Amino acid sequence: MAASNKLLDNFASGLAQWMIKLRWIVIAISVGGAIAIGSYASQLEFSNNYRAFFSKQNPELQAFEDFQSTYTKSDTFVFVLKTKDTSGAFTNDTLAAVELLTEEGWQIPYALRVDSLSNFQYTYAVEDDLIVEDLIVDARNLTPDELIQKRDIALAEPLLRNQLITADGKVTAVNVVLQYPEKALTEVPEAVAVARATRDMIEENFPNLEVYLTGTTMLNNAFAEAVNNDLATLVPLMFLVVLILTAITVRSISATAATLAIIILSTTVAMGFAGYIGIKLAGPSPSAPVIILTLAIADSIHILISMRAAMRDGLKKHAAIVEAMRINFLPVGVTSITTVVGFLSLRFSDSPPFQDLGTITAVGIFAAWFLSMTLLPALLSLAPIRIKSRPAGQTRNQVMLGFANFVIRRFRTLLLIIGISVAALISFIPSIELSDQWREYFAPRIEFRAESDLVIEHFGFYPIEYSVPANEPGGVNEPDFLRKIEAYTEWLRVQPDVTHVYSITDIMKRLNKNLNADDPAYYRLPDERELAAQYLLLYELSLPYGLDLNDRINIDKSATRVTATLDGRVTTKRVREFLKQSEKWFEDHAPDIKTSATGPQVMFTFIAQRNVESMILGTSIAVAAIAIIMILALRSFRMGLISLVPNALPILSAFGAWAILVGEVGFSVAAIAAISMGIVIDDTVHFLAKYMRAHRDKGLSSADSIRYAFETVGVAIVVNTVILGAGFLVLTLSAFKINEEMGMLTSLTIGFALTLDFLFLPALLLLLARFSGETIDVKGDEYVQHSFEVRT
Amino acid sequence: MSNTRSKCALKAALAATLFGASLLSVPANAQDQRTYDDDPVARGDTPESIKGYEIAARSDRSDSGFGDSKVSANMILRNSAGQITERSLSFSTLEKENETVGDKSLVIFNSPRDVEGTALLSHAKILDPDDQWLFLPALKRVKRISSANKSGPFVGSEFAFEDFTLTELNKFTYAHVGEEEVDGMMMDVLERFPRYEKSGYTKQKAWIDQAVFQARKIEFYDRRGGLLKTLTLSDYREYDGVWRAHKLAMVNHKTNKETDLIYTEFQFKTGLDESDFVKGVLLRIR
Repeated sequence: MAASNKLLDNFASGLAQWMIKLRWIVIAISVGGAIAIGSYASQLEFSNNYRAFFSKQNPELQAFEDFQSTYTKSDTFVFVLKTKDTSGAFTNDTLAAVELLTEEGWQIPYALRVDSLSNFQYTYAVEDDLIVEDLIVDARNLTPDELIQKRDIALAEPLLRNQLITADGKVTAVNVVLQYPEKALTEVPEAVAVARATRDMIEENFPNLEVYLTGTTMLNNAFAEAVNNDLATLVPLMFLVVLILTAITVRSISATAATLAIIILSTTVAMGFAGYIGIKLAGPSPSAPVIILTLAIADSIHILISMRAAMRDGLKKHAAIVEAMRINFLPVGVTSITTVVGFLSLRFSDSPPFQDLGTITAVGIFAAWFLSMTLLPALLSLAPIRIKSRPAGQTRNQVMLGFANFVIRRFRTLLLIIGISVAALISFIPSIELSDQWREYFAPRIEFRAESDLVIEHFGFYPIEYSVPANEPGGVNEPDFLRKIEAYTEWLRVQPDVTHVYSITDIMKRLNKNLNADDPAYYRLPDERELAAQYLLLYELSLPYGLDLNDRINIDKSATRVTATLDGRVTTKRVREFLKQSEKWFEDHAPDIKTSATGPQVMFTFIAQRNVESMILGTSIAVAAIAIIMILALRSFRMGLISLVPNALPILSAFGAWAILVGEVGFSVAAIAAISMGIVIDDTVHFLAKYMRAHRDKGLSSADSIRYAFETVGVAIVVNTVILGAGFLVLTLSAFKINEEMGMLTSLTIGFALTLDFLFLPALLLLLARFSGETIDVKGDEYVQHSFEVRT
Repeated sequence: MSNTRSKCALKAALAATLFGASLLSVPANAQDQRTYDDDPVARGDTPESIKGYEIAARSDRSDSGFGDSKVSANMILRNSAGQITERSLSFSTLEKENETVGDKSLVIFNSPRDVEGTALLSHAKILDPDDQWLFLPALKRVKRISSANKSGPFVGSEFAFEDFTLTELNKFTYAHVGEEEVDGMMMDVLERFPRYEKSGYTKQKAWIDQAVFQARKIEFYDRRGGLLKTLTLSDYREYDGVWRAHKLAMVNHKTNKETDLIYTEFQFKTGLDESDFVKGVLLRIR
């Protein structure tokens, strides 16, 4: 065993010597290569489609795609018009704005349909004539009486009330449905630019109006805007943080420059690779550069700290570099592999942006390791680093030694306190609520969020779609079927949080009344199938372009669509409950009808669940792989398994703390375990590697090995934790909630990991030593005396 | 009648006669030529618009004198999910008296079963909403549809009702934009702009062959000026000088939905007259 250690040491030393000897070639090749790969980063694109968050196999996405190809696509713009005074929607001014906006809505690229108060197809009867006309025409010239009449018609119409006009008649909406060819990423920004210009034009021409703009197209656009926002703010900030932390730690301008070169090139390689394989950045994947910057620095820091220590011990610079490389070769390699494994397990995620995050970061970490082993020694050998060797007889780190002694003295108490605290935190995990309300995915500085927050004060926000099948072509006209749809519609309308229901039965009832001379007694469903079919035929013949029923009834009239809109303030939990109740309604009242809810809201409601399910396997494989790596690296089965304890517990503790502090988490939760496992194990690797070196190779007692570990890597671990913590805290500033949560949960985990590595892991090692009959040397005087002999 | 108008009429008549005489394939047209007026607005006053108008006029007039026709048709609707459904209908048409009015037509729905016997009578207008009456057998009543809209999908298909009255000359203004060879046939390419305010389109682009003057392809542009639909007309057959396409395939580029309209054999001069196209006739259809 010692022989293989020697072999590795020799290899590492040899490698370092070669890198120093061939430094100019090494620098030229690695910098040139990194830049060549990095040039592909210019091909990176930002996704602007919320569907990017779902894998092709995602059942909710598939159901929604089927739904959309049966009816129409449901990408939308929603304009909400509100008067600054209390005059409301039914004024000449506001209605003129609605009329103009309706006309202009058609000018938005890819617009398929515009729905508003003004182009609502109002039907009524005059003797045997069926009149079909726009509800509002020439709004400027409507008399006060006509305004009141229009108001009464609109507020009585179930298709309008609370969908395009609030029940108090104050606020009105114009809905634009779009169908994108989905061939270019420029489509969404193109449409958004026109929609925004239209909004501005309305606000300019109607100074009494405020116009809010939302809808799924704005959501899609917000994804790209959040990415831009993040890349523009977080990456520079991260550079600054890294620069400051590195400068403080290594206290040398040239060493800081060398470190920055490594991490910048690593990030460049990763992003270039992402561009090369055609990744479209979305949601969490753009945080890859920030994460790579954070993680890549660790390798360099460990090598630099070791080099400084060796120089303080009196070694010359080149010898110190070789020495630093030798003692860090294994731990830096192992920590890189575990981190890569953790991120690669994200490939199991159901959500492609998380898969991409895993891929990009894994490449970046690999590049950082490779460059730390090649470019770093080459650069350092050129750097003018001068460090005075320390006076003889002084131990290197009194603080760490004192800390080690404290842990050794109090190990039983520490085990107890930490054990209980961790157990308490873990017990809170079940109270975490999964929450993926897409409005809340964005920080208020993103326009979509700010405007949507205003919109939900007046209208519902989350549409839930149902395609309800009848049993045969033409079956939607069957009175029995229509009665069921009517009953379901009525049930939906009395559910809490349901703000609006769009159902064909309302149209049927209105037509039945219209075709019976507007007799209110006929405001009911037609009794015969043929009657219903012929009403629809008549109605369809009277509708203008874009306002047809193709988006409500499928082509052979064997299914119809029911849309329930939910209040924008509902929780994901409430949505799940609603979906369950709705399912139950069909079981109880229409067991022959098989339908299930669909739409973006349904997709996001289950996104966390889907990702947790898919990541269970991924995380398990990562844990198993990391355990095997640890067993091999430490060359001890027992130690390999023990190493998992201070790594699993911080993650669980972080979830527990989150449950207490925040309570809700989005679908990033699924990825946290895999990501942070690979990261926080680094500290354990460094600690245990030094512990094993002292315990097994040098034959020190358990307590002295702990002292040795603290003394040699204690500072590096603290520094590492501070850097990692800072890096993931930078992520919490992301405009995208998923990244913010990922940053906070990972920082929390990193914090807990330090606590457990310093307080719990040594105590656990001592407990095991006690079990095997070893006496614990509490004072450690002997260690201090021998401190020079055990140095290396 | 103004001087310019009669000059124009003369020019058109001369042009039609010339073309008719020069093309043996359509001798009937020239002989059957009635007197028409040019509509000065539709005709325009630039060389492109006049040429466009004249080509459109030649095409429209190529089937003048058909009198009346009867035909059955199958409509095959396809959505982007690939689902298919069919409707079958029969059309009776009475030729317009002159170009200031449109044809009169009667559409009877044969299937789906739920709408069997439903009948739509239309008196097409050039610039005003058509007069339309619908007989609903389940209600046993005739309802007049008072709607300015002709642009909505016809029975859920990709055809709008206004697409059936494509050849009404004076519904549009024109521009001749060039000539193209398509499938071995030389075509005139026209752009035409609907004059009817409530049209669903801003522009149409039509390819009209130079041999028998029939439309072979028409593109429909939406309110933004973007390509919305393409109609391909094929399987043209000649009935004593009158040409009829028997397959009309409409593709909606926005929604990827398609409708094929397949006609069976046309019958001409079946003896229909004005009295077969009045509201009262709807009640007697069954």
